[in-house]
Amino acid sequence: MSEPSLATDVAAPQLTVEQAIANLRHQDTSLRYYAAWWLGKFRIQDPTAVDALIQALSDEEDRTELGGYPLRRNAARALGKLGDPRAVPELIDCLTCSDFYVREAAAQSLGQLQDRRAITPLMHLLSGGVAANQQVPGRPHLTQPCEAVMESLGQLQATEAIALIQPFTDHPVERVRYAAARAMYQLTGEAFYAEKLIQALAGADLKLRRVALSDLGATGYLPAADAIAQAPVENSFKLLALKGILEYQVGQSSSGELTDATLRVMHLMDSLL
Amino acid sequence: MSQTERQLIQAVEQADTPQRLVQAVQALSQAQTQAAIPTLIAVLGYNNPGAALAAVDGLVQLGEVAVPPILQQLDGYNYGARAYATRALAAIADPRALEVLLQAAQFDFAPSVRRAACKGLGMLNWQQLAPETLLSAQTQACEALLTIAQDPDWAIRYAAVVGLQALALKSGSEIRTPIAQQLETLLKTEQDLSVRSRIQLASQQLHPPTVRA
Repeated sequence: MSEPSLATDVAAPQLTVEQAIANLRHQDTSLRYYAAWWLGKFRIQDPTAVDALIQALSDEEDRTELGGYPLRRNAARALGKLGDPRAVPELIDCLTCSDFYVREAAAQSLGQLQDRRAITPLMHLLSGGVAANQQVPGRPHLTQPCEAVMESLGQLQATEAIALIQPFTDHPVERVRYAAARAMYQLTGEAFYAEKLIQALAGADLKLRRVALSDLGATGYLPAADAIAQAPVENSFKLLALKGILEYQVGQSSSGELTDATLRVMHLMDSLL
Repeated sequence: MSQTERQLIQAVEQADTPQRLVQAVQALSQAQTQAAIPTLIAVLGYNNPGAALAAVDGLVQLGEVAVPPILQQLDGYNYGARAYATRALAAIADPRALEVLLQAAQFDFAPSVRRAACKGLGMLNWQQLAPETLLSAQTQACEALLTIAQDPDWAIRYAAVVGLQALALKSGSEIRTPIAQQLETLLKTEQDLSVRSRIQLASQQLHPPTVRA
């Protein structure tokens, strides 16, 4: 077991930008896979890198035994980090890819890119409702990447998706309920949904408590700060969740001055060091 | 060792559920007896956060007398135990922990240990040191924390700023003035919003805004 890293950067990169871009077409598919991850990790915003990653979204050569597309997954994840809206149409195409993990990566990245063209295609993945989105037998996921989709719809402030997301707050899978509650809070501002996540912090399963903690961090809901600090979860996860609340609260203050809210959250973070 | 002390220790050693362990550790901590120290330190490594927190409380209440055994029994193979022990050392704030905290803050591989050590470096009761060693000890802590404030991990930088603020508030102007200046410099380059906010807070604590009449 290793500790969760809170680092946003790691040690000096081993590749150059030119090498990484060239490696996306390397004969060795493992080098392509690594290069796509690397370009995202180090946020290489070079337009040539973006073009090459967009091309990699239609790669046919790197396949898993189950028919998955590892390079497409990494390229989709990287494009979310690079912030170039040119990737949006191809990422939208990826939402219909046969590989669940490509769909999931694309859904996440479309939320990060903050482009409202993604809203309708994302909503389409939830269109069958809870009935169409159950656990796939033998696989660790649902039919569609509902959690990532709801997360992104929340980030995109897609209020038109409220009626579609609401039923997922009663989904049989707990983490899906949390993702729905998180999005519902972001879209409606109703404390009821954030309070559901706070209640989840008292659950029996540590992994689920971590998920609820991270969802609360994303809501920025200030009344959750104390519950986060006291939750029976490792301090590293609590610090990350409180960071989310702190940054949301900093964003609320136009002057850039410290407020009672930000001071309160920092006080809690100090106590968790 | 008295009969009661032996019973309290046995209750910890024989606890057969996580809840009973937490209760037994709480009882042993509350007894506030030196005989409990080795057992409380051992509990830090049991991978039961509730019990570990109760043991840290007990050790911190015992204070300076717990410092040498904690330093001797630091667990090189269990970073969870090391993080709790480091938090206990930070809260007791005995400057005999300086060397261990300096090492841990700079070189431990576990972020939780490094964060606890950074905070602890700022909080030491420096006046317990001989006057002739005070300034060099504080300078060492200050230099280490300023380097750590450039770490790639935002949470380590955050902890370094917390340590620097505490250190500056406990130091004379030889240390306090350069820390205040370095914080201003860090604010110019820091990209992380949370760390920036924490630097702002530290600066405010070091230069309280002048009250207008």
